[in-house]
Amino acid sequence: MGATLLEIKDLAVQFFTYQGTVRALEGVSLTVQQGEILGLVGETGCGKSVLARCVLRLIADPPGKITAGEIRFKGRDLLKLGRREIRQIRGNEISMIFQEPMSSLNPVFTVGNQMMEVVILHQRVGRDEARRICVDMLRQVKMPDPEQVLAKYPHELSGGMRQRAMIAMELACRPDLLLADEPTTALDVTVQAQVLSILEELTRQSGAAVLFISHDLGVIAQLCDRVAVMYAGHIAEIAPVAELFASPLHPYTSGLLQAIPRIDEGKAALKVIPGAVPGLIDPPRGCRFHPRCGQRLAPCDREVPAFLEPAPGHRVACHLYASGGRG
Amino acid sequence: MEPVIEVRDLVKYFPIRRGFLGRRVDWLKAVDGVSFAVHPGETLGLVGESGCGKSTVGHLMLNLLKPDRGVVRYKNLDLSALRGPEERRVRRHLQVVFQDPQSSLDPRMLIKKTVGYPLEVNRIARGAEAVARVKAMLAEVGLNEEHVYRYPHEFSGGQRQRIGIARALITEPEFIVLDEPTSALDVSVQAQILNLVGDLQQKRGYAYLFISHDLSVIKHMSHRIAVMYLGIIVETARKEDLFQEPLHPYTCALLAALPLPDPTKRRVRASLQGDVPSPVHLPPGCRFHPRCPQRMEICSLRAPDGLEVLPGHWTACHKYGN
Amino acid sequence: MAVNGAQRSIPEPITLNPLFDEFRKQYAWQIRELLFTIRLLRRNPSAVAGFVIIVAMVLMALTAPLLAPYNPIQLSLVDRLNPPCMAHFFGTDELGRDILSRVMYGARISLWIGVVVVLIAGGLGAVIGAVSGYLGKRVDNLIMRVMDVILSFPPLVLAMALAAALGPSLNNAILAVAFVMIPKFARMVRGEALAVKERQFITAARASGAGRFWIVRHHILPNCFSSVIVLGTLILGEAILIAASLSFIGLGAQPPTPEWGAMISVGRKFLMDQWWYATFPGLFILVTVIGFNIFGDALRDVLDPRIRR
Repeated sequence: MGATLLEIKDLAVQFFTYQGTVRALEGVSLTVQQGEILGLVGETGCGKSVLARCVLRLIADPPGKITAGEIRFKGRDLLKLGRREIRQIRGNEISMIFQEPMSSLNPVFTVGNQMMEVVILHQRVGRDEARRICVDMLRQVKMPDPEQVLAKYPHELSGGMRQRAMIAMELACRPDLLLADEPTTALDVTVQAQVLSILEELTRQSGAAVLFISHDLGVIAQLCDRVAVMYAGHIAEIAPVAELFASPLHPYTSGLLQAIPRIDEGKAALKVIPGAVPGLIDPPRGCRFHPRCGQRLAPCDREVPAFLEPAPGHRVACHLYASGGRG
Repeated sequence: MEPVIEVRDLVKYFPIRRGFLGRRVDWLKAVDGVSFAVHPGETLGLVGESGCGKSTVGHLMLNLLKPDRGVVRYKNLDLSALRGPEERRVRRHLQVVFQDPQSSLDPRMLIKKTVGYPLEVNRIARGAEAVARVKAMLAEVGLNEEHVYRYPHEFSGGQRQRIGIARALITEPEFIVLDEPTSALDVSVQAQILNLVGDLQQKRGYAYLFISHDLSVIKHMSHRIAVMYLGIIVETARKEDLFQEPLHPYTCALLAALPLPDPTKRRVRASLQGDVPSPVHLPPGCRFHPRCPQRMEICSLRAPDGLEVLPGHWTACHKYGN
Repeated sequence: MAVNGAQRSIPEPITLNPLFDEFRKQYAWQIRELLFTIRLLRRNPSAVAGFVIIVAMVLMALTAPLLAPYNPIQLSLVDRLNPPCMAHFFGTDELGRDILSRVMYGARISLWIGVVVVLIAGGLGAVIGAVSGYLGKRVDNLIMRVMDVILSFPPLVLAMALAAALGPSLNNAILAVAFVMIPKFARMVRGEALAVKERQFITAARASGAGRFWIVRHHILPNCFSSVIVLGTLILGEAILIAASLSFIGLGAQPPTPEWGAMISVGRKFLMDQWWYATFPGLFILVTVIGFNIFGDALRDVLDPRIRR
């Protein structure tokens, strides 16, 4: 873990629809250090996918618009870059893998075709050299018969193999940052285990940082170094992984942890967070979690809580810890 | 206690057709010899990965598919032999809750009708009485009476699942298949639905077949668990026994692969290589042997017979054969 | 009821009639969606243009008995083949009848044809398509092959053959055209039925004990409704065109009925010197069909669920 690779400051994103303006992200700030795996966890609609897409400027405009904030990657603000410069970064310095590999791999081109295209584009090498690099990458993701796979179409591979091909493709240019948007959610649990192993091994080896997005707290616990918890477009809590699970500070985080059924513990009933995730067209005022929070205080429905650091490296946006902290 | 519903040696193959005339080229062996029973008030968890046939078993138990071999018995009545009014009388006792809250409700149908039509179709109640029952049912699953006048898209995923549950329970069934009912829901909502389903079982004594790929949810909800792989059951046991002492190597692999939400308990993750094979070209002998870390000579030659290795704990694996 | 404010019970919402209230509650969402659709259509230029044309034609058809300057079948051998002038905006035909009035009455006929054809073909076609798609396998195969046979004929040719067999008259022309249009609806609805069939609520309905026809009627057909409407507006234009063609060759409306196609048929002979005879009815056919077409296209776009967000 070294210097700060990616720094997101006060990012705000809105989507303009017929029903109204969706305030998808507000005041989002986080950092990714070099070589670390940062987990981004949250439920549907919390904005984690939107956040990842913002980094690579993949938000469709219209209807989406980045209304505030900056995203600094190696010192440069990605939001201010021109099209050509952003394209040079995509796939090269920052790569992204998605949840559904069937729709992110083009079904009418072979896997080899797509992989080599990325390599040739960014590394400016000839076809033979590109081919060699691709076979090498496929071998690293433990794909059986790598040469044969290059000639196959995406639908001829199974889900796990497609994800491995995706990982190989995105890591081929040795990016500094990998954005992984729920890469194993659609996979069976045994295949998920394999893919996660490969992902971890390769990124540790190459020193790439990973922003790993998931709604599965188990996967996050097993893979990540630090974790950021998001709720309804805000960041609720950021902490090193062991600390987050052992002593969660934000009521949402502790609620989530108590709501998941566990293999390693017996429980009578799951403790429930009442209510549901709010719509983001007209979100609750102040802290967006306050309608469901069991530890509500006076300022919670008026002021958005500021980011505080009650323990070193552990940041929370919650009024419970204001004025010296209560912990 | 007599089981509410029982399946014996259930087999279902789907033909794979190729070519212009649709010639049958091969069989997809979705369910290949499955037997178990579910008792009143009990939840049998059916766990397995995609393609193992668990959903097909659910469909067979609801008489939505006719088995190729084997039998489904509801209280000693052979389901596939029933016709007409008899079948209708039985149907109301076998209900289902589906996975996808988006497509499990007709977007063009009022909730009033969606929850109410099983009453009408099964000739249980109509008109004002049906509406009254619908409202009562909605209240019981935690929704508002006024919701009868709304459409599915006006509800969140969790609420839609509640509506699906209300629809399943309105005919006062005895057996309900829950096919991955919380897989598409957020964690916080999943907890609500699981609690609801559990409470209803305690109150009314329903028998559940809980299908899922998520072992932690299965552990939470079930009394007994059956593990499926490629169309057969490889292990059955009481919940406590399965987790304390898993016998079949596949069960062990499933448990090992499950990511624990506890960063202090990190462990070697993947013990299985390769992908789940297709149910069309089955490996010879024991279906699991190509991926099994404990395979022996005999495993590729002969399929293992099932054996009750410990009381109430059954598995099909050569490790325990003699 | 107590008089004191503090003890007063919550006032009942005003219900004019319990049935009306039920109606309002039940269709509240439908009404909102309709208003939203109208809002979207208002922004779409081709929708507005098409709508204006359609409304103009409908108004013309409805008010013909009131506003037409002359009786459309009244002869006046003195005024034969007059060019357009103040007394006769569109001129007169070879029997001295005012062409403007005939065109206005012709709108009644053409629109009537269009609507009836769409109702018959849409109704029957949708039911056939839904049943075929849902039941699948042999039934589907059989029905679709029959539809294919019908579709393999050029629509006008088949309509001609049917109209000739039934005998030349307006009603027979309507039946012939409706028959020819049935497969278009059937095909489309069958496609939708195939998609709807796979959704989980259908399986849930089967598990609840609903019969096949109940499912077709209560689940499949309502879900195909909006595409039937869209196809209906497009077919309406085509139906008017084919019916006019039938009248043109003498198989549809018979003289002295002022149907646009029939008028062109006669006016053809006079085209060189008396251009107004065939031109005005032809123009009106053109504009009407275009109007329905562009409105139908815009409607299809607006109802597309992806655009609606």
